[in-house]
Amino acid sequence: MSADLGYGMTLVALALAVYGGIAAGVGARSGRLALVESAQHAAVGVFVLVTSCFALLTYAFLTFDFSIRYVATNTNLGTPFYYRITAVWGALEGSIILWSWMLALYTIILIVRHREGARELYPWALATMLGILAFFLLVMTVAAPPFQRQVPVPPDGRGLNPLLEDTGMITHPVALYLGFTGFTVPFAFAMAALITGRIGDTWLVLTRRWTIVAWYFLSLGLLIGGWWSYHVLGWGGYWAWDPVENAAFMPWLTGTAFLHSVMIQERRRMLRLWNISLVILTFGLTLFGTFLTRSGVIASVHAFTQGSIGILFLGFLALVLLTALGLVAWRWDAFRSEGELDSVVSRESAFLLNNVLLVAAAFTVFFGTVFPLLSEAVRGEKVSVGAPFFNQVNVPLFLSLVFLMGVGPLIAWRRASVDNLKRNFLWPIALGIVAAAVAFALGVRSFLASLTFATTVFVAATIAVDFIRATRARLRVGESLFPAMGGLLLRHNRRYGGFVVHLGILIIALGVMGSHAWSVQTETTLHRGETAELAGYRFRFDGLTAVEESNHFKVIGAFTVSNGRPLGVLRPAKKFYPQEQAPIAYVDYRLGLREDLYLVLGDFARDGSQATIKLQVNRLVSWIWIGGVVLTLGALLAILPERHKSA
Amino acid sequence: MKRLWRWLIPLAAVPVLALLAYGFRVSPRDIPSPLVGRPAPAFTLATLGGAPLDLAAYRGKVVVVNFWASWCYPACYEEAPVLERNWRGYRDRGVVVMGVGIQDKREAAEKFVGDLGLTFPVAQDLKGTVSVDYGVYGVPETFFVDRQGRIRLKHVGAVTDEVFQTTVDRLLAEAPAQ
Repeated sequence: MSADLGYGMTLVALALAVYGGIAAGVGARSGRLALVESAQHAAVGVFVLVTSCFALLTYAFLTFDFSIRYVATNTNLGTPFYYRITAVWGALEGSIILWSWMLALYTIILIVRHREGARELYPWALATMLGILAFFLLVMTVAAPPFQRQVPVPPDGRGLNPLLEDTGMITHPVALYLGFTGFTVPFAFAMAALITGRIGDTWLVLTRRWTIVAWYFLSLGLLIGGWWSYHVLGWGGYWAWDPVENAAFMPWLTGTAFLHSVMIQERRRMLRLWNISLVILTFGLTLFGTFLTRSGVIASVHAFTQGSIGILFLGFLALVLLTALGLVAWRWDAFRSEGELDSVVSRESAFLLNNVLLVAAAFTVFFGTVFPLLSEAVRGEKVSVGAPFFNQVNVPLFLSLVFLMGVGPLIAWRRASVDNLKRNFLWPIALGIVAAAVAFALGVRSFLASLTFATTVFVAATIAVDFIRATRARLRVGESLFPAMGGLLLRHNRRYGGFVVHLGILIIALGVMGSHAWSVQTETTLHRGETAELAGYRFRFDGLTAVEESNHFKVIGAFTVSNGRPLGVLRPAKKFYPQEQAPIAYVDYRLGLREDLYLVLGDFARDGSQATIKLQVNRLVSWIWIGGVVLTLGALLAILPERHKSA
Repeated sequence: MKRLWRWLIPLAAVPVLALLAYGFRVSPRDIPSPLVGRPAPAFTLATLGGAPLDLAAYRGKVVVVNFWASWCYPACYEEAPVLERNWRGYRDRGVVVMGVGIQDKREAAEKFVGDLGLTFPVAQDLKGTVSVDYGVYGVPETFFVDRQGRIRLKHVGAVTDEVFQTTVDRLLAEAPAQ
C-alpha cells in the first residue's frame, strides 16, 4: 500500500519537475511570464510530493514496514528508535530521496528570494534547478526506487550498517548533502548567465551568499565526517584519503577557490571565464562524488551498493559537462576581461596564486583517486596510491595556501608599494621568525612542524594587525572599544567572517601538524591485572564484561588509566551484530587539549583472562574540532546579510 | 572565420568521462579466492529436517554449496528460487545443491525455507566453522565444486540462472572422477 503510494508520488513529482523545467525554459525564451509562474507552481508541487515521500519512508521505518525492501534491508526489530530515523538515509535509495528533497527545498528558496529581483536570469536558473531535480527523481524512479516491494515479507529485517549507528550519522550526511546540493544554485545561475549572455557580475552577486552557505555546509559535513571517522572507525585517524572523502573534498577545494576569485571579479572585473569555469567544475565534482560513491567503480569503505545507477550518473555528468562547456565555448567572445594584472606584487596576484594552488590540490586529489582506474586502463594492473602520495603532494600546497592567507587579505590591490608591505607584514614576519625560534628552543626539531608553526603565527599576526588597526580607526572617531570591535565584525561581516574562517583553518593546521608529528601508539596483549605503559600513562587491564543489547552483543573491556594520579576507567568494546561477519570495534577515548587517550579493543580470551589492546596517545587532535567550530562560526558570520557601509 | 577552436573546450571533458566509463568494465571487488582450484573443505552438518549432510558423500557429483541467511535481503531472496529451479532441473544429472545457513535463528531459517518452498538439503552452520573454512565474507556466496571435490568457482552475490548453468554445464562436461 505505502509502497504504491510512494512510487506513485515519485512518478508525479518526476512529471512535474520535467514539466516545470520545460515551462520555465520556454517561458524564459518567449518572455511569457505565465509559463514561468506555472513552473513555480510545479516546483512547489514537487517539493510537497518529495516531502511526502520522505515522510512516508520515515513512517515505514518507524513502523517496521518490511514489505518495503529498503526498510527490510536497512533496519530490523532491534534497531533503536533514533537510528530508525537516521536509517532512512543510511543507504543508497534513501540518500537519493534526501538529496532530491534538499534540491527541492533549495529550489523553493530560490523562487522566494529571486523571483522579483533577477528577471532575466531567474527563469533560466529555475529551469536548470528543475532539470537537475528531474534527474534525481528519475534515479528515484528507475535506478534506486526506495519504495520497491519485498515479497515475501520477511519476519525481520537485515539491520542498519552498524558503523552508521552513531549520532554523527544524523548530521554528517545532512550537512554534506546540503553542501553538495547547495552548489547547484550557483551552477544554475551560471548556466542562466551563459544562456542569456549576461555573464557580467549580476549572477555573481546573486549567488555569493548561496556559495558561502553551500561552502559552510560542506565544511561542516567534512568536519563531522572526520570526527565520525576518529571516534567510530577505531583506526585512530580522522582522514584517510579514502576515495569518498576525496569526493567530498574536491568540490570543497574548488568551491574555496571560487569564494576567493569572486572577489577579484567584483573588484577588478577580471577572471570572468575562470569564475564560470570554477562553478561548473565544482558542480561537476559534486556529481562526480555522487557517481563515485554510488557506482562501485572505485572500491571504498563508504561505498554504497552498485547497480545501473552508476551509468545513469555518468550519463548525466557527461550531459552537464558537455552542455556547460559548450555554452562557455558559445559565449567565448563575451569573456574579455576589462581589468588587467598590474603587478605581481598585488592582492590580485596573491588571490590568483591561491586559486592556482587550490585547483592544483583538487587536481592531485582527483588524480590520486582515479589512479587505480587509470593504471588498470593503461597497464592492466590495479595499483592504488595511498595516503603517502596525497600527503607528500598536498602538504607543500596547503602550507603555501596558509601562507597566502596571511598575504592576500592585507596586501594592496593593483600594486603594493614597499611602504604598504612594510606597514602590513614587518611585525607578522618578525613574530613568525620568533615563533620558529621558540619552537626550536622548546625542542622541536622537525623542520615541517617548525615551518607550520611559524607560518600559522605569521598569519594570525596579520589578522591581528588588521583588526587592531581597524578598531583604532573607529576609536579615533569616538567609539568605545567593544562597540567598535562588534561593529567591525557585523558591518564588514564578510571580511571579518573570512578572517575568523582563516583563524579556524590555522587552528586546524596546528592540530593536523601536531597529530602527525607527535602522536604515539602501541599494541599489546595484557593478562588481567597487568599494566601497559605509553607516553607516561599506565593502562591496567581489569577484565571483560558482556552485555546483550537490543540488536547486538557487546564485549566490554575495562582499563584503569593513570599518569601518577588516577584518571578513570576507559571501556573500549567489541560489538557483535548477527548480520555482520566481523565484530565492530567500539572505541573509548579521553579527549584533552594537549592529547587524547584512545583505546581500541582487539582480540580477547573468552574467559576474560587476557585481551589485546591498541593504545594511542594522539596529540593536539582536539584542536582540529575546535578549529572546525571557529571555522563554521566564521562562515556563519559571513553569511549574515551585509550591512550598508555607513561612515 | 569565427574561432572554431573554441568548440574544442567541451572535448576536454571527454577523456575523463571515457576513463570513468571504463570503470564499469572492471570490478574493484574482483579479487580471486585463494580456495579456487583447491579441494573443498570437508564438513558434516545436520539439515533442518535432522538428516546428516556430509559433503564427502557427494564425491563424484557436481556440488553447489550456497551460503545464505534469512536476514540477507534482497540477494538471498532473489537467488533461492534460482537455486531451487536449477536443482530440480539438474538433480537427475548428477548435480547436488546444498544450502548452508549462517548466523541464523532456527525459526527464521525454517520460515525462509518454507516460504520459498526449497526442497534441496539445507543445513545450519551453528558453530560458524564451515563458513570460516570457506572464507565466507558475506552472504550470499556460492561455491561450485567439481566431481573431483575441488572448488572451481566462487560466486559472490546472488546466483543467476546464467552463472549456475554455464558453470554446472562446464563441470558436467568434464571427465568423471576416477
